[in-house]
Amino acid sequence: MTAEPGDPEGLIPASPSAIAEQAEAASGALVNPLRDPRDRRIPRVAGPCVLVMFGVTGDLARKKLMPAVYDLANRGLLPPGFSFVGFARRDWADEDFAQVTYQAVKEHARTPFRDSVWQQLSEGVRFVSGSFDDDEAFDQLAACVKELDAERGTGGNYAFYLSIPPGAFPTVVKQLKRSGLSDSEGRGWRRVVIEKPFGHDLASARQLNATLDGVFPPEAVFRIDHYLGKETVQNILALRFANEMYEPIWNRGYVDHVQITMAEDIGIGGRAGYYDGIGAARDVMQNHLLQLLALTAMEEPVAFDADSLRMEKEKVLSAVRLPADLATGTARGQYSAGWQGGRQVRGFLEEDGIPSDSRTETYAAVRLGVDTRRWAGVPFYLRAGKGLPRRMTEIALIFQRAPHLPFAATDTEELGQNALVIRIQPDEGITVRFGSKVPGTAMEVRDVNMDFAYGESFTESSPEAYERLLLDVLIGDPPLFPRQAEVELGWRILDPVEDFWASYTKPEQYPAGSGGPASADAMMARDGRVWRRL
Amino acid sequence: MTIDLTDTTTSAITEAVTQARRRLGGPASGMVLTLIIVTDEAAQYDAVRAASQAGREHPSRVLAVITRKPKGESRLDAEIRVGDTGPGETILLRMYGPLGQHADSVVAPLLAPDVPVVTWWPDEAPSSPRADSLGGVAQRRVTDAAASDAPKEMLLGLATAYQPGDTDLSWTRSTPWRTLLAATLDQPYPELLSGEVLAEAANPTADLIAAWLSTRLRISVPRGESAGPGITEVSFDTPEGKITLARPDGRTATLSWPGRPDRRVALHRRDSADLIAEELRRLEPDEVYGETLHALAGGNGQ
Repeated sequence: MTAEPGDPEGLIPASPSAIAEQAEAASGALVNPLRDPRDRRIPRVAGPCVLVMFGVTGDLARKKLMPAVYDLANRGLLPPGFSFVGFARRDWADEDFAQVTYQAVKEHARTPFRDSVWQQLSEGVRFVSGSFDDDEAFDQLAACVKELDAERGTGGNYAFYLSIPPGAFPTVVKQLKRSGLSDSEGRGWRRVVIEKPFGHDLASARQLNATLDGVFPPEAVFRIDHYLGKETVQNILALRFANEMYEPIWNRGYVDHVQITMAEDIGIGGRAGYYDGIGAARDVMQNHLLQLLALTAMEEPVAFDADSLRMEKEKVLSAVRLPADLATGTARGQYSAGWQGGRQVRGFLEEDGIPSDSRTETYAAVRLGVDTRRWAGVPFYLRAGKGLPRRMTEIALIFQRAPHLPFAATDTEELGQNALVIRIQPDEGITVRFGSKVPGTAMEVRDVNMDFAYGESFTESSPEAYERLLLDVLIGDPPLFPRQAEVELGWRILDPVEDFWASYTKPEQYPAGSGGPASADAMMARDGRVWRRL
Repeated sequence: MTIDLTDTTTSAITEAVTQARRRLGGPASGMVLTLIIVTDEAAQYDAVRAASQAGREHPSRVLAVITRKPKGESRLDAEIRVGDTGPGETILLRMYGPLGQHADSVVAPLLAPDVPVVTWWPDEAPSSPRADSLGGVAQRRVTDAAASDAPKEMLLGLATAYQPGDTDLSWTRSTPWRTLLAATLDQPYPELLSGEVLAEAANPTADLIAAWLSTRLRISVPRGESAGPGITEVSFDTPEGKITLARPDGRTATLSWPGRPDRRVALHRRDSADLIAEELRRLEPDEVYGETLHALAGGNGQ
């Protein structure tokens, strides 16, 4: 393809149909007569496009993104001619990269491997070799996607997936601009996908945004918080707003407190370079846990479009308050050597790549208030940690005790507080805990569980979070992507905590495999509450 | 585990299922529907197998109604499979003698409580599914015109008898094609003057796609014949030339658009487990199917 970067005709080969396209574009939104909202069998399919991925040698790309691309293709959700371009500092030809992708797909794809799907997909796989500061490599990339437009009819639509350390963002974004890749010149669209962390505090988040902002308009920036792609997380909205039986009790009149937990059983593994200086609060609390809080606490959006949803989330996040005394309202810790799941593991400070005087926390807990009529006085306890007994993410609404129990005190000794638990991972589902009479006794009430498991009701249709999110990016559907305002609100909440911790001495040690630092338990005990068992 | 009960009753079956579940250590949880399969001994294996595979996505109680010798004493034999066929449970009901005419009396007490019922005829279907005693209990009635000797005629019969909740697997088979066609027209496209659907002779799915395209696009879409396999081509005439979606090998389709490079996409044929899984995904009436069926019947009368 010999088209010059400045030549709009180069993006789509000149054709008589271009005239029709312009006519359509001029007439505004186009209506597809084959689509009918009642026809629920026909899924949304991405339009012609190229997905350009930076950082293809990373774990995420291999284990999640490449398999997700294949799974989408296998489900018939990618357009004819879809093309996938990798960019990395490897001396690879297209075939080598296709082989890497093939391996990743074979190992990690969710849907069965079909040769015909792979054949068709692999025809559109390309690789461009180079480093991020290499002008020539980016010019090659620009030529490569133009070629794809000509060969495979991808229509000049490019999505750039930056699966790279945030430090490299400015360089890559600058290169995209310099090489003309970021500019669609009115033909086709450009989208850029970035992964957390979105900065490490408010100032750096703004700086990161400024880097992108100069090159991509805000609606073209897709921030991936893969939690929002999870079916169970989206189900929070269905549970709350599609049902009649939960919303009436979803408030301070009935809820005693809320616990949002994200526990990981493993330590930091090979992520030392990333994790040191970041810590649990910045790593997962600022994004995942606050998003879960927002979905749990927000008011009903007027519609399920991106704007209404984000508006409600932003509203409730802006009502989040920190405890007056950060010393008693927060807790942090570092896992020390211990026994985790039957194996002896090293402490955080002994991990490779972690300085022995690191003050990075691997466990963070904080009590937040939500200053709205619905939630006034109901504490939201957030905790996130590594080196805990098991891997588990959940939202638990703990209800108040019944105001009066017409039973003898001894009958209800084993009755706890009612709870509604939304299990995000693993074993996605919902548990309701309530009291029930023990059979055979005169009247003895004990806690029982009622369970809904996603795995039982809808096993195989549940797509991976990345599948859903990638498709949404390619379609251009933004509801599941947090906006810059949400990111900034998250940092606004956490920055004072981080500042306070920084002025503090050292995180408290807790043995790996235990339930977290004693100060976290003490924080709950002061409020007369306990953490749910991990 | 598999439990065989001969000359039995529905209450004995219910009892056996409850006990089997208890022995496996769990109550029936998360059962999302009851699927009644009306079939015969020869075809039951494939149908039940497809249903158990689909059961991984939609854990269900599968009731296979198999009619045996219509003459002689009434007798009910049951074969219960729990635990090894996936998350749901399967009960094969073999009905002998006059009981075969009253299968609904056997099925009614065995429907899982509180969840929808779907009836599927993998082969022969009644001319009016809704009026059938086993179709009457179901929210959704699934037939398969492609299994009939005269598919087109069967579709026309189904069109006359159509009631909301009816659906046919030949319509289900059209989904990947229709998805691709809809996606093709998501892009700006030139005026469509007429269309054509090419497929092997007895292919009710092609008939439905042609009818669907002609009602939605308000153009004439004749149905032509090719050697197959299945549907081989859908094309549109435009003032700029022909837009074609061709799938000669039953696996990969090529989209040709005047003035643009050819684009290829995987478009494979699906097995019955896939089809029935799609059918069970949505249980509300498929109005678009109803309209298409009517259009097909109307178009035929011209």
